[in-house]
Amino acid sequence: MSKKQHYKITVNGKEEEFLAEPRELLIYTLRERLNITGPHIGCETSHCGACTVTIDGKSVKACTMFVAQADGKDITTIEGIGGPDNLHPLQEAFKEHHGLQCGYCTPGMITRATKLLEENPNPTEEEIRFGMAGNICRCTGYQNIVKSIMAAAAEMNAAKEAAE
Amino acid sequence: MKDEVDSREDRVAKLKGMGCSRKRVEDARFTQGKGNYVDDIKLDGMIFGDFVRSPYAHARIKSIDTSAALEVPGVLAVLTAKELEPLGLHWMPTLAGDKQMVLADGKVLFQGQEVAFVVAEDRYAAADGIEAVEVDYEELPVLVDPFEAMKSDVVLREDLVAEDGSLPDGAHGPRKHHNHIFTWEAGDKETTDQVIGSAEVLAEETMYYHRTHPCPLETCGCVASMDKVNGKLTLWGTFQAPHAIRTVVSLISGIEEHNIRVISPDIGGGFGNKVGAYPGYVCSVVASIVTGKPVKWIEDRMDNLMTTAFARDYWMKGRISATKEGKITGLHCHVTADHGGFDACADPTKFPAGFMNICTGSYDIPTAFLEVDGVYTNKAPGGVSYRCSFRVTEAVYFIERMIEVLAIKLNMDAAELRRINFIKKEQFPYKAALGWEYDSGDYHTAWDKALQAMDYEGLRAEQAQRVDDFNAGKTRKLMGIGLSFFTEIVGAGPVKNCDILGLGMFDSCEIRIHPTGSAIARLGTISQGQGHATTFAQILATEIGLPADSITIEEGDTDTAPYGLGTYGSRSTPVAGAATAMAGRKIRAKAQMIAAYLLEVHDDDVEFDVDRFVVKGAPERFKTMKEIAFAAYNQAIPGIEPGLEAVSYYDPPNMTYPFGAYVCVMDIDVDTGVPDIRRFYALDDCGTRINPMVIEGQIHGGLTEALAVALGQEIAYDDMGNVKTGTLMDFFLPTAWEVPNYETDHTVTPSPHHPIGAKGVGESPHVGGVPCFSNAVQDAFRAFGNTHTNMPHDHWRIWKTANELGLHG
Amino acid sequence: MIPAAFEYYRPKDMAGVLSILEEHGDDARVMAGGHSLIPMMKLRMADVPHLIDLQDVGGLASIEVGADSIRIGAMVTQHDIIDNDALASAAPILREAALQIADPQVRYMGTVGGNVANGDPGNDMPGLMQCLDAIFTVVGPDGERDIPARNFYEAAYMTAREDEEVLTAVTIPKPSGGYAYEKQKRKIGDYATAAAAVQIVRQGGSCTAASVAMTNLSDTPVHSEAAGAALIGTSLDDTDIAAAVSAMLGDIDPTEDNRGPIAFKKHVAGVILRRAIERAWSRA
Repeated sequence: MSKKQHYKITVNGKEEEFLAEPRELLIYTLRERLNITGPHIGCETSHCGACTVTIDGKSVKACTMFVAQADGKDITTIEGIGGPDNLHPLQEAFKEHHGLQCGYCTPGMITRATKLLEENPNPTEEEIRFGMAGNICRCTGYQNIVKSIMAAAAEMNAAKEAAE
Repeated sequence: MKDEVDSREDRVAKLKGMGCSRKRVEDARFTQGKGNYVDDIKLDGMIFGDFVRSPYAHARIKSIDTSAALEVPGVLAVLTAKELEPLGLHWMPTLAGDKQMVLADGKVLFQGQEVAFVVAEDRYAAADGIEAVEVDYEELPVLVDPFEAMKSDVVLREDLVAEDGSLPDGAHGPRKHHNHIFTWEAGDKETTDQVIGSAEVLAEETMYYHRTHPCPLETCGCVASMDKVNGKLTLWGTFQAPHAIRTVVSLISGIEEHNIRVISPDIGGGFGNKVGAYPGYVCSVVASIVTGKPVKWIEDRMDNLMTTAFARDYWMKGRISATKEGKITGLHCHVTADHGGFDACADPTKFPAGFMNICTGSYDIPTAFLEVDGVYTNKAPGGVSYRCSFRVTEAVYFIERMIEVLAIKLNMDAAELRRINFIKKEQFPYKAALGWEYDSGDYHTAWDKALQAMDYEGLRAEQAQRVDDFNAGKTRKLMGIGLSFFTEIVGAGPVKNCDILGLGMFDSCEIRIHPTGSAIARLGTISQGQGHATTFAQILATEIGLPADSITIEEGDTDTAPYGLGTYGSRSTPVAGAATAMAGRKIRAKAQMIAAYLLEVHDDDVEFDVDRFVVKGAPERFKTMKEIAFAAYNQAIPGIEPGLEAVSYYDPPNMTYPFGAYVCVMDIDVDTGVPDIRRFYALDDCGTRINPMVIEGQIHGGLTEALAVALGQEIAYDDMGNVKTGTLMDFFLPTAWEVPNYETDHTVTPSPHHPIGAKGVGESPHVGGVPCFSNAVQDAFRAFGNTHTNMPHDHWRIWKTANELGLHG
Repeated sequence: MIPAAFEYYRPKDMAGVLSILEEHGDDARVMAGGHSLIPMMKLRMADVPHLIDLQDVGGLASIEVGADSIRIGAMVTQHDIIDNDALASAAPILREAALQIADPQVRYMGTVGGNVANGDPGNDMPGLMQCLDAIFTVVGPDGERDIPARNFYEAAYMTAREDEEVLTAVTIPKPSGGYAYEKQKRKIGDYATAAAAVQIVRQGGSCTAASVAMTNLSDTPVHSEAAGAALIGTSLDDTDIAAAVSAMLGDIDPTEDNRGPIAFKKHVAGVILRRAIERAWSRA
């Protein structure tokens, strides 16, 4: 065990301060220290993406980051993307198009997709498949995930157009 | 009431009953990160356990020194076999009638085997403690090949050899060798040998169905909490069969079953991985009893791939005989089954090779014989049904490959060969040569529909042209057309021949209708992503006339749910779905009496109509189910007890036999071995369709798992018994980038014996998909002389096939 | 998968980094994005008692596209490379290669410096940098020095960088002509079964300059001078390409792994190189 250090991170808009060993993996900080259990642990070697969160505007696999590296950062998890009163269009679309089954990959999947659509608001199917390739799903075969993201993109673009 | 003026059509739509693509009720939680999986559970004072695992595949343990580990800050206890022995828990029974070490008792039999259990205040201390445990191993010769194991002098399981060197019978009869587990036979050996011996045409092939793993995205784990004050044990875990786990825990721990509560929370995919009972569960329970604290154990991905529940690993030798015209006359199959160090296969007791005896497939084969030899090796135990009913993927792969091999021998089109051998519609119920009675089917219709949808003739013409172009040097890509027609056997099963550890494989549903016309139903099954909360409510909506949206489905808590055998082998719909319908009908029967009383007519004078009982011939006189529900609780009705509840335990009279026709078109780069799936068409017949959206989702997912298994996913060992594919770098789980879009289709042939005619669907695409992908690869090389190559068809193995056929110049 | 405990440092400048390295020697490691190192630490295959995070060290994250050369800071990520249009137009092979590395999340974290410095033969950037004749700048207690990428790799995880040195930048002569980065892998996230980086200059119908490097086919990246030489002065007809392929095959030394045996890898290396050359030539 090494000495605990003081860390401060912002998660879903809320500042969190705590003492932890530097080797604590960010995914455990979120899940066990802060009780933010939306991001999950699937592979632990940065292949599956179940732990995906957004850190300072980047999609990051939280199983492959030490809490020490995250000190001072702004983190968004699925819990910060939308809740019962303000569902994100991606959350709506995944429900509408059966983009999930067991739900284990879903928080990471949707979190990654928010970033994908931010960078590319009009993705083709191929771009979605490539842009989501860091997230593994064992249940859906991806077809309805792709469909859900396409639908959410259309919905978000229509809303944006209507607002302009 | 508006309700009363709605058209019948509107009333049906409002129920969201069977046949509609109802959106899933589970999804609100999951899309917002509010699922509740076992690793999300956090209890006051909870501590963590994790394993010291063997780096060797076969070794004697000379000593274990835990003293340094106990000095590691945060480490509370270290359990070894020595600590478990006084409790009689150092070994545990397996589902297959064998026993398995909970913690290494003197030796280890596979790499990754559990040697010691370190209990600590947090995961970090546990990990540090593991590093500090010193184990002195003496390496022993390693057997990773079952054929070698059957010849070797090396004894893997000394505990199964008598002191005089003789071999006591195993759970399934006599054993031929100290590394042999069982021989299991089905069919008529003599006639089959005779028919095959005098065949006009005989095709033979040996194929290896490689070892793989279900690898759900969530690994296995549990939280055990022993409350010493009231003597109750609560065990949360990734259990596909929570009730069976409760019984097993009771049997091995001696804690009475009423003092054990097993809860399966949300499960992040199972696919067979979470059927078995693992040492982690036992050690967590013991650790909780020892420390008095809740203990969490969650395996990591390497633990998962290396130790809990492999699938397949069947060496299958087939002989198939036919007339010159292609009518199959006989089938012989011998399997050498590699079960690893302990026989922990999850099969019904009387079926040590599962339902491998469905291997005559969809064909009218008059005589057949199957023999399976189970063998111990230095590999992990398991042998679960990975997204299939017991060993059905192996059976279907075997017959669908044998058909292709026979077609080559006959120089015949493989689609036509299937057509002339299909069991005909009028032959159902059909008694197969290996014993099963197929309940229903219409194979020719499905096959014709599939071939037409894909323009099969056109594809074959294109393929022939491609071969010409290849030979002329105009292309380096070959085209494969993969065919498969599968018949599954699911819904285990009738108690007369199906049990696990003596527990009959019925399932159950209990319904309570609330006074205001909503309801809760509890089942003995447990969803792992199949959407039970959505679809079982649909069955009930149609059966009892209350909207699906007003029905809560609850599973997985043994204190509240009725006893059932759980969810695997596509049994939920065939068994628990039937129980649900039957319980619903009990509700309806009582509702009918209440309605008749309220309408002041005789019971027989009212009839059920969507959401109400109406007086026959006077549809304006009715009582809705909502009204009846209220009456059940607030009116004294002579001769009828208050309340509206029902329970049904359903013992299915037969299995169900879903079937389907799949076609895959694949282009293969001969020079690199890279396959490209151009099209995949899947026609499924699962009988009555409860929710088409959910069915389609199951098909997509199962096909993707089939793609993975056929094209690269394996648990590979080196000669020393080291696992070579222990992380997701090497264990192939396809991403969105490697997966095609699928075209789905269906026919509907309801099961005649199931209350709603449903057959189960979750596993069909995997069962039918694996041979389809494999056949596509093999078919691409048929014109160049290929008969059979083993899976997985990863790049190098495809390249090897091309190379051996001389296609690299 | 939990790593052993370590001391963590996040110095603000390179002097701070170097002093920690000096103090702890072998026991200290620098980390950029951590996506190679952290999995190794979690599997307890890498023991790092003192971990130095470079994220706060200034001046390491810029991309400068000059008239003759391109300078890429060590902390520039694969994502930055893909995202930088000036870079993509000056040296399009970088974007083509970066897109074939790992997956989107890993590319946000994975850096050029980490990829070239750790000496993993599976990494794509080392071969690419050899193809482009890049210079790696390292800084140590005795100051800065430049090491050509083509002289940097000694064996798997062994490089010309000393333990107390840190790789700070990669400088590439602005490439000209056609390019291709061709990679065969089993799936997204995998290392190459074989990969080829090719840069070709064409004047009229003939090739005036050619550079070829291969990835994951030896314990180091392989810059095949002979393969390049076989192309120069030719019109890249079939036999010329065959000569280059054959020259390259003489330079690689693959080993068997889960991707396949040696014969397969050699064959695929030839196919991949041929395709890379043809694609680069078509763009030249």
